[in-house]
Amino acid sequence: MKKGLGLRSYTIFYLIVLYAPIIILPMFAFNNATTVAFPLQGFTTQWFSEMLANTNLRKALVNSLIVSLSSATLATVLGILAARSAVRYSWPGKGLVMGSIMVPLVLPEMIVAMSLLVLLLAMGIKLSLFTIILGHVLMCMPFAVAILTSAFQTLDKSLEEAALDLGENAWSTFRLIVLPLVMPGIMASFLITFTISIDEFIIANFLGGGEPVLSVFIFTAFRFPATVPPVLALGTMLVAFSIILLTIAEYFRRRGVAKAGGKDSGGFL
Amino acid sequence: MANTPTAETRAGWSLVSVPAVYVLLMLAAPLLLVFGLSFVGLQGGAKVALPLQEGQDLQFTLSNYAKLFCLSASESCSSTDVRMAQATTTAMLRSLFVAALVTLTTVVLAYPVAYYVSFHVAPSKKALWLFLITIPFWTSYVIRVALWRTILGYDGAVDATLGAVGIIDQPLNLLQYGTASIIITLSHAYAPFAVLPIFVSLEKVDHSLLEAGQDLGESRWTTFLRVTLPLSMAGVVAAVLIVFIPTVGDYVTPELIGGGKVPMIANFIETQMWKLRNQSMGAALAVSSMLIVGILALIFVLANRRFLGVRK
Repeated sequence: MKKGLGLRSYTIFYLIVLYAPIIILPMFAFNNATTVAFPLQGFTTQWFSEMLANTNLRKALVNSLIVSLSSATLATVLGILAARSAVRYSWPGKGLVMGSIMVPLVLPEMIVAMSLLVLLLAMGIKLSLFTIILGHVLMCMPFAVAILTSAFQTLDKSLEEAALDLGENAWSTFRLIVLPLVMPGIMASFLITFTISIDEFIIANFLGGGEPVLSVFIFTAFRFPATVPPVLALGTMLVAFSIILLTIAEYFRRRGVAKAGGKDSGGFL
Repeated sequence: MANTPTAETRAGWSLVSVPAVYVLLMLAAPLLLVFGLSFVGLQGGAKVALPLQEGQDLQFTLSNYAKLFCLSASESCSSTDVRMAQATTTAMLRSLFVAALVTLTTVVLAYPVAYYVSFHVAPSKKALWLFLITIPFWTSYVIRVALWRTILGYDGAVDATLGAVGIIDQPLNLLQYGTASIIITLSHAYAPFAVLPIFVSLEKVDHSLLEAGQDLGESRWTTFLRVTLPLSMAGVVAAVLIVFIPTVGDYVTPELIGGGKVPMIANFIETQMWKLRNQSMGAALAVSSMLIVGILALIFVLANRRFLGVRK
């Protein structure tokens, strides 16, 4: 397969370029120099200790955790309702409703953020962490619905019918049969939406009313050369954290596919 | 349980009602409000800054849109209006140009990757490859974009590598070429977006058609051009839209990479809506840019409709 070999080397090269920034990030986070330039100057953990000592950063971290945990939980709960409804029942208007839920995927984020901002201002709602959560749930829901729809689709309907025939009611069937089988999908959805929320910048910046969160902290720090090295240390930890979460999410997704006895056909979406 | 159509409909609707109402309140209502705001103004042409103060009455007006077309000075256009309209037009054209080049780059570079994973990777390994391709996309967008500053900038990775190999003796500092740096950064950031839809459409290609093509005397290359490529065009069209629309509206990259010197349309919308609190003007800008992007997307889909209709 000569043709396959060429394509293979191209794909590997493509992956290396794709990962280049993430590989360069820790190199400079541990680099003993105040400027971010090659050649590297030597190893140091100074930037990590400087970062951990920063009180603004700790505040931002706590805020980010509040926002991301709430957004991921709400988006996943709303996602379960929408995905279950779309997969299990047929009802008029399904295409329109499910399509609308997916719209934030194809709208530029600035449009979503600014329209929400205008609505909140018009209603006189004070901007806070809560308003960031409102926006993040909207942005995260399409991903939750996509993951959970495929989780519910792998579910064998005859299992539910069997439970009903054996005398369980609708709720206990859902709790005893459906929920355990889609649990890996729910975990995957939670982890993915958590990652999206903690990384999201535009809504966090404009709907936060000045409350610091991690992505805004990073954005601001990158504009001033003096604050760049500590923020590279922060970035290294965040990227490592994201990759760990995603790997766990992928594990749950695969386990879900295996549990339902399906064939693994691809990634999250 | 839900055996009659009405009971089934009721069950479906009651489940979906909460997320549906959420989207209605948090997405549909804000978008409608922006649309409405773009057509209103205050007495005497003062800017509309929400929330409205006591005694401010909104009136219907087309002046927000008219100001966007103030490309030369006249009785209705002050010199400030003209400067603003010209700068906005430049930013809009720049956004479209950047997004078009980014889309072309990502889709052309992504196609072989999607093709390789779909046609040459063992089915059990496909999920792993897709996972590897999508990981960078799930890590912080701001961090990835900001890192390109250190790669492209003075004495960054590009300068260091080319210098070490001996191709250049002076640092290039590619960052000084704002638009080019923005295109490179965005092409990198949106790469996985292009791979996934193309991969999905390639997975649906019936391999017996390819064998038939080769049995009938086509070469590998002509089979690809005449069978595989047309059958996967639906994925290419999806990839184009999924990359083009968000990149037109990108805000972070012009700020961090262009240093605010080469603004795109989202930076102008943000300036009006946020910095200047001129929300009806910002709304007109948002509506017009969405309209332009929408029309372009529609033309593109219609131009490719013969590929989209052939799928079973």
